[in-house]
Amino acid sequence: MAEIPEHLLKRAQEARQRAQAQKGGGSSAPEAPGQGGGGSDASEASGSEPSGVSGQGGSSGPKIPEHLLDRSRSAREQAGAGGAAPAEAAVATAPMPAAPAQPVHTGPGGGTQRLLTVVKSGSIQDVKATPTDKVHVWPHLLVVEFVAALLVTAFTLIFSIFVNAPLLELANVNETPNPSKAPWYFLGLQELLTMFHPMVAGVTIPGIGLFLLILAPYMDRNPSKKPEDRKFAISLMTLHLMFWAILVLIGSFFRGPGFNFVFPWVDGLFFEL
Amino acid sequence: MAKKPRPPASERAKQSMGTMMSDVQGSQAWSSIFRPGSIFRKGYSDSPRNRSYVIMNSVLYHLHPVKVKRHAVKVSYTLCLGGLSFFLFILLTVTGIFLMFFYRPTATQAWDDIYNLQASVTFGLLVRNMHRWAAHLMVISVFLHMARVFYHGAYKPPREFNWVIGVILLTLTLLLSFTGYLLPWDQLALWAVTVGTNMMGFTPVFGEEVRFALLGSREISTDTLLRWYVLHVLMLPFVIVIFMAIHFWRVRKDGGISGPL
Repeated sequence: MAEIPEHLLKRAQEARQRAQAQKGGGSSAPEAPGQGGGGSDASEASGSEPSGVSGQGGSSGPKIPEHLLDRSRSAREQAGAGGAAPAEAAVATAPMPAAPAQPVHTGPGGGTQRLLTVVKSGSIQDVKATPTDKVHVWPHLLVVEFVAALLVTAFTLIFSIFVNAPLLELANVNETPNPSKAPWYFLGLQELLTMFHPMVAGVTIPGIGLFLLILAPYMDRNPSKKPEDRKFAISLMTLHLMFWAILVLIGSFFRGPGFNFVFPWVDGLFFEL
Repeated sequence: MAKKPRPPASERAKQSMGTMMSDVQGSQAWSSIFRPGSIFRKGYSDSPRNRSYVIMNSVLYHLHPVKVKRHAVKVSYTLCLGGLSFFLFILLTVTGIFLMFFYRPTATQAWDDIYNLQASVTFGLLVRNMHRWAAHLMVISVFLHMARVFYHGAYKPPREFNWVIGVILLTLTLLLSFTGYLLPWDQLALWAVTVGTNMMGFTPVFGEEVRFALLGSREISTDTLLRWYVLHVLMLPFVIVIFMAIHFWRVRKDGGISGPL
């Protein structure tokens, strides 16, 4: 037999003691076994009749929404005014000696109804407010992807037919070309090298940039995706991208021998891809 | 008495071709190869069920969901940049494998191999060009993909972590391009890499060690060539494929492509 956890045993014992105390008190109604130890009737919760109120009944009162209390109150009044017969039937099924005409809610079969729990809408079912407009991936998406892939292949192929990849003379450690440039995507860093100490330009600044880029979604707590709500984030990113783009452009086209500033239309290009 | 005219030869050929085709398509071997929903299967028709099968029953296409939000198909929204980055990676893998047949990563042979590839191998020059230009294109498309995702706010919850994976992929793309840069072993390669690795040598505390680990020696040499070759053709592609798998998987798990603005 599985072991019963201690806190459950304790809780059961407390409930048993409470039930015994209530029975022993005699003044209040003996609770039917079906109602359990902590069962709270809606009528009890309304607090109009103190006879059956136990500790739990009072505490669970505020949990019941106002409109349900109103409904039960009006139902009770109706039962008290016109429906004497069903009220008696209800009393017969559920022993409520303390208040014979009072706590009766007649159900469809004439039985007593009890409010067990209130389930708020949306807590269990996921209500889809806006149905999304979906299409089949085949053919709608696959066709687009295929055409895009085809266009890129065609572009690469045609470009490769007309423009050859550079192959300069054999590498020679003893002959430094002037200027020596890094690959184009690192030319922004090389450009920074003209302004800062190599450790700052080559490690610190790109390191911080990369770190901030990784942290972007965790720093930007703004839930909106609308551009008008994200003016700051968009300006910051644009500034950041422009910063690198301009540095790369300067490094690529405006740096000549000795990495000095030149105008490409005056001194020519010093740039290989 | 009028004899029924024999149909012309072309008609007869068409007819026998038709019965042959339907016999082949009806065979067990054929239907064991092409799963339901394949357009090569007998009696393929365009129905919602078959449209779903096309995706579900294809190892290539099942990266996709069966259905996507309509706005996801709009080219003006995604610009296809993520998909094109992946496609360029595939193109680079295919052209790269071709190049590997003709290349030896040693200081004495590398440049000659590239030169001979261009001069005497059929389509050698073309494939090398394609590899080079597709590599630059991939750097650009990955970069633009990142910018597009940022401007659409597509990195916001629940997609924060996929953004992090994306930044890692961008870094790996740059590293792949940079390691490939050295391999032709010409003046351009040597000195571009010299400039790049000199910068890394200024890493605080471990600068010299980082540089030595990257170069395999004090200066760029044949050891560096071998090291960067292995990085370029094996290790970095291996790592980037793992991260790409996580990236694509997370796209699906995080609710598909992000919503419109």
